[in-house]
Amino acid sequence: MNKQPLSATLRTALILGLALMAFMQLLPFWLAVSTASKPPTDLSSVLIPRFHDIAWSNFEQAIEYGNILVAIRNTALVTVIATVLVCVLGGMAAYPLARRLSLFNRFTATLILSLIMIPPLSTIVPLYTLLSNLGAINTYWGQIAVSVAGGLPLSVFLYTAFMRSVPTALDEAAQIDGANVAQVFFRIIFPLLKPVTATVAILTGVGVWNDYALSNYILTDPDKRMIAPAVAGFFAQQSSNLGAGAAASLMAVVPILVAYLMLQKMFMSGMVAGAVK
Amino acid sequence: MTSTLGQHAVTTAPGTSQAAPPRRRARKSGFQSPSINLFYVPALAILAVFSIYPVISGISLSVTNWDGYSPDRSFVGISNYLRLGTDPIFRMVFTNTLIYGIGSTIIQQVLGLGLALALNRRFRGRSVARAIIYLPVLVSPVIMGTMYYLLFQYNFGALNTVITGLGGEPVAWFANANYAVIIVVLVNSLQFVGISMIIYLAGLQTIPAELTEAAALDGAGSWRLFRHITLPLLQPAFATSVVLNLIGGLKLFDVIRVLTGGGPGYSTNSVSTYLSIVYFGEQNAGYASAMGVVLFLLIAVCTLGLNKLLDRGRVDL
Repeated sequence: MNKQPLSATLRTALILGLALMAFMQLLPFWLAVSTASKPPTDLSSVLIPRFHDIAWSNFEQAIEYGNILVAIRNTALVTVIATVLVCVLGGMAAYPLARRLSLFNRFTATLILSLIMIPPLSTIVPLYTLLSNLGAINTYWGQIAVSVAGGLPLSVFLYTAFMRSVPTALDEAAQIDGANVAQVFFRIIFPLLKPVTATVAILTGVGVWNDYALSNYILTDPDKRMIAPAVAGFFAQQSSNLGAGAAASLMAVVPILVAYLMLQKMFMSGMVAGAVK
Repeated sequence: MTSTLGQHAVTTAPGTSQAAPPRRRARKSGFQSPSINLFYVPALAILAVFSIYPVISGISLSVTNWDGYSPDRSFVGISNYLRLGTDPIFRMVFTNTLIYGIGSTIIQQVLGLGLALALNRRFRGRSVARAIIYLPVLVSPVIMGTMYYLLFQYNFGALNTVITGLGGEPVAWFANANYAVIIVVLVNSLQFVGISMIIYLAGLQTIPAELTEAAALDGAGSWRLFRHITLPLLQPAFATSVVLNLIGGLKLFDVIRVLTGGGPGYSTNSVSTYLSIVYFGEQNAGYASAMGVVLFLLIAVCTLGLNKLLDRGRVDL
């Protein structure tokens, strides 16, 4: 933490810059709130919301025609299961990759890392064909499997990077005390990486929750649809009704916001847990 | 094999493990048995079926003329790849993809590092500021694109409302290919700048306070502290951030679909969105697969090259 005082000019520039960035980041949400608050007949400036007389019909339409609440439930189911799997399996996979630097393991690490680079759309044809053959289209497990495969490379990458900063002295000490490899990992190493787990959980959870490119093709049944395709589909149906679309967007954002605010404390609590220091 | 002997000496004689040189030797040789590798079997199995197999299958489809649904397809060799080189639309969307990737990466490093340095200082409202900057990362690019559409659209768009309010003429932002490409880069950069910020903040927190305090006591000013202590020690954070941002920009898809629909004409399409048009619109699965392979190779070459380059300048504590 830098405790040095700043010059007055630098201080002002810093505050102005931060204020501008915060304004830019909040502006789109403000516009969505404003648009969602107005009935389609209200053509007043989008910059000023209609808080005195909110058009709840926009939200009613989003729920009724967009099936938003069902989509939120489906998305929550897929997201929770996929995120837990990505954290546990990713952390486990990173352990040998961080600790046993054999030639084969370095190759495996590179292979897994290289999978981060696969753009979802580049493999949509073979992936869809594979899922049809497995009978996994319109099943939650199909979506979960694809989401886990999508999240694992980044998870393994982050866990490996941070696990290397955990001193091997810990593993050595635990082994000398008689712990086997699984005990060392699950009792000593994995709990130390809680901040990384929080990071991985948030990044994966957000990725799965917001997935559009793949879930749009895997879960097409209106009762099984996830939230991003539901919102996008809503826009396609009611292209002239921006108000209801904005309402659907806001409802899609709320659940993940709540989850983030709950996890945020863990998130920044320190990326490297220095147990030995 | 002398290192193996040294390792045994360390593990069997706890007293020596405090000495620095033997420990370094032990780490190099790896003190665990090969059975530790069982830990990555579940992850590898899932990745093999749902990530690696589709890549290989996609490569084999890229040398066919498959339409995506009928049972027959014929082998056409590398003609799909040759066609990529002469397809003017593909050349344009390839250039766009590079602009999206490199443009976003540069903007996100500058803003992300600046924000991290600013938000690493203690002041009231710091955590609120961090939360606001990070907020858009949580939102689906589809939804973010829709919200930004409300800012840039021609009729009733917020920006044009301000412009006409000031007496100017409304601008058709999405009708001009140059504006539209820049808007896509900006929207993507702002949405994900929070990721860079978080990575740099994490990097800053790994820098021991004693180090900066010692340097300050020795008379180093703010700039020298930043240049010679902070910046070199941020190298791992920089490498992580650059690679993640570049990949994100190069595979841009959702935001383009919602914000510009690839238009005007094809002028704001990325390889990803053009690929989906070729596959779903033109039923040309073989040609689309070839684009997928090229996109994957582009990202692979950029990333692995960068990793090598950035690893060289790495400073370890």
